[in-house]
Amino acid sequence: MSTATTTMEFGDTLARTAEMAPQLDVGEKLVLNIGPSHPSTHGVLRLVLELDGEVITKADTDVGYLHRGDEKIAENMTWNQFVPYTDRLDYLAPLANNVAYTCAVEKLMGYDLPPRAKVTRVICCELARISAHLLGLGAFAMDVGAMTMFLYTFTEREKIYNLIELLTGARFTTSFTRVGGQTRDLPPGFLDGVKEFSEQFMGKLDEFGKMLNRNRIFVDRTKDIGVISSTAALDFGLTGPNLRGSGNDYDVRKYFPYLGYETYDFEVPVGQTGDCYDRFAVRMEEMRQSVKILLQAVAKMPGGPWMVSDPKSILPPKDKVLTKMEELIHQFIVVTQGPDAPPGEVYFGAENPKGELGFYLNSRGGGVPHRLKIRAPSFCNLGILNTLLPGHTVSDVPAILGSIDFVMGECDR
Amino acid sequence: MSEAAADSSADLVAAVKILPEFRGETSWEVPKERLVELMTALKKEGMTYLVDITAVDNQGEDPRFEVVYELCDLSSRKHLRVKTRAAEGEPVPSVCSVWKGADWHEREAWDMVGVKFSGHPDLRRILMWDGYPHHPLRKDFPLEGLPTEMPDIAFTAKAPLEGGPFVTSPAPFSHEREPRAHPAEERSL
Amino acid sequence: MAGTITGAMGYNSKVEGNIVLTTLDAAVNWMRKNSLWPMPMGLACCAIELMASASSRFDIARFGAEVMRFSPRQSDLMIVAGTVTYKMALATKRIWDQMAEPKWCIAMGACASTGGMYRSYAVLQGIDHLVPVDVYVSGCPPRPEAVLEALMTLQDKIARSRGVVLNQKQAA
Repeated sequence: MSTATTTMEFGDTLARTAEMAPQLDVGEKLVLNIGPSHPSTHGVLRLVLELDGEVITKADTDVGYLHRGDEKIAENMTWNQFVPYTDRLDYLAPLANNVAYTCAVEKLMGYDLPPRAKVTRVICCELARISAHLLGLGAFAMDVGAMTMFLYTFTEREKIYNLIELLTGARFTTSFTRVGGQTRDLPPGFLDGVKEFSEQFMGKLDEFGKMLNRNRIFVDRTKDIGVISSTAALDFGLTGPNLRGSGNDYDVRKYFPYLGYETYDFEVPVGQTGDCYDRFAVRMEEMRQSVKILLQAVAKMPGGPWMVSDPKSILPPKDKVLTKMEELIHQFIVVTQGPDAPPGEVYFGAENPKGELGFYLNSRGGGVPHRLKIRAPSFCNLGILNTLLPGHTVSDVPAILGSIDFVMGECDR
Repeated sequence: MSEAAADSSADLVAAVKILPEFRGETSWEVPKERLVELMTALKKEGMTYLVDITAVDNQGEDPRFEVVYELCDLSSRKHLRVKTRAAEGEPVPSVCSVWKGADWHEREAWDMVGVKFSGHPDLRRILMWDGYPHHPLRKDFPLEGLPTEMPDIAFTAKAPLEGGPFVTSPAPFSHEREPRAHPAEERSL
Repeated sequence: MAGTITGAMGYNSKVEGNIVLTTLDAAVNWMRKNSLWPMPMGLACCAIELMASASSRFDIARFGAEVMRFSPRQSDLMIVAGTVTYKMALATKRIWDQMAEPKWCIAMGACASTGGMYRSYAVLQGIDHLVPVDVYVSGCPPRPEAVLEALMTLQDKIARSRGVVLNQKQAA
């Protein structure tokens, strides 16, 4: 093996730790338990760290403190009834979860959405992405000592909440989509609101960038900390900004376009070193791209229907249910027995703020899934912690956790 | 390629059963003895990204469990699903040696459905607590749970959603007729 | 006010107008209710609404409860925000036990109050199986206004509590 290859191989923390391991194996070890209730674990993650002085020599990540049995519950209800549970997976971006789930069911049913529904869903996904990244950003900055950021980002999130409330009636448990479309059409004034928000948001983003990009404390605590190499990231199945921060440009919206994402003009930001700072920078840039997509979507919003028309399986419009016999019967059957899905199995992955949220649906026919597996991006992203943390000091832990930006509701399901 | 290797790869291809395509998705089925061999070959072919591992309980069928691997080739932008079957108590070989990310997925499959993975470095429960006696995603496990060693807090009672979806049943009074979830045993009456 | 008192030796009729007479209960309760230090037991989705109520728009500081302390020993109000699973239940109970008296508890949202939409094998059906709850907040998740309403309800409850002196005698 030539020398050059060796330097390349030890470029990332994982390899460096492995090399350092014999040196770390001296002295007395301290076992430190962090969580499940700790401010820097963003929920109920538990870490058991073995320390040699300040340096972590071994990490054991314990998840499952928010395991609520979503997959079991799904087997006991109809396809549409499960939509509210998807809200509570990644509770920072419920709209995007709704969209991913119903797209998966629609793939199983073999539906093609009308254009208006597709563009509406794109707006939903991108609003959710901005909102989730904002919270991730605020919490990350707070973890490394910048409290103000959190208040700034929440102000922007409240503006998004207002829009979502206008659209769905709830601040974040939206349950907006149904198999074959949405619960309702866009309310008047919504598109103008999105446009207005997008236009002012770019300026705010610049402001946020200025607060952190050149902040010595922030940069010192994130640069070259938690370096994940591109191959390691892919091997562990990382997705979303965590994978892209490591220099891999995999984005489901580009690789396997859905909802007409191929017709939008946007770029996929990619990091270089794969450290905490790169992941932060990727998220900042992704928000800019989301705003770009939002403006395009608002400009091209087509008219026409916003539900697939398939009376046997899709909820008919309410005004017809109240006046027509046929629709009333169909509505009763669809609500009580669920939309009749064909037997078969599909996997559908969508690019959510945290990464690729996938649904594996196994149907035996009828209105109830035989097995519904949620491929949660946070779960896969956290899998790397056991190998990533050793070699870092305890003070790096909040920065690494904040930059991985996980949601336990989704991780544990 | 040596003759033995060519032989073994031809043999491997023969062992793979290609399932009918559904919604544009390709699925292969492979006997579990050849799983690791096939996965290693697939990774070499470009399937570098292991998307997900799912265990399915097909109670009443033989063999009972099905383990589903969702793979993705990022350069040619293709998905592939590989399935293998295992009876109760039979271990499936672990693919941790192929993808590191398989570690947690296999732990979850063991925790939730109770499929054992042979050769897994650290097969512990991941979502439920250590020492939990059941595998919740098995079909014979009720939604409301079964008694455990935490009797004070982990009690069981009838779950309102058990046996869903919401169904109507003929009854003289409207409050009994209205659609609601009925427990499975009540529905079969 | 304090300056006048320290400056005076013996009886001074001028002091009288600056003294407020009240019961010890009322004074202690007034202090307690206006400086609640919450322990945000953020478990799930509700924690996001709890963060929203603490941040710029809703600003829980208006009610004197902005000092979120993640150490149970420094806080006197536990806000259980989110689904309590069996795996988490004993940890929650332990944190509650570590809090110093007097302490109060708000069960925020449907999951913490009753288990909510999660009637499954993994979810505790209401935190009140483990911890005495003072105020239940409905909603899934409750809006920040509802959290503030709950806080005000709890403040009323604290204001009405009696027997500070009595309790201390019993404790001694």
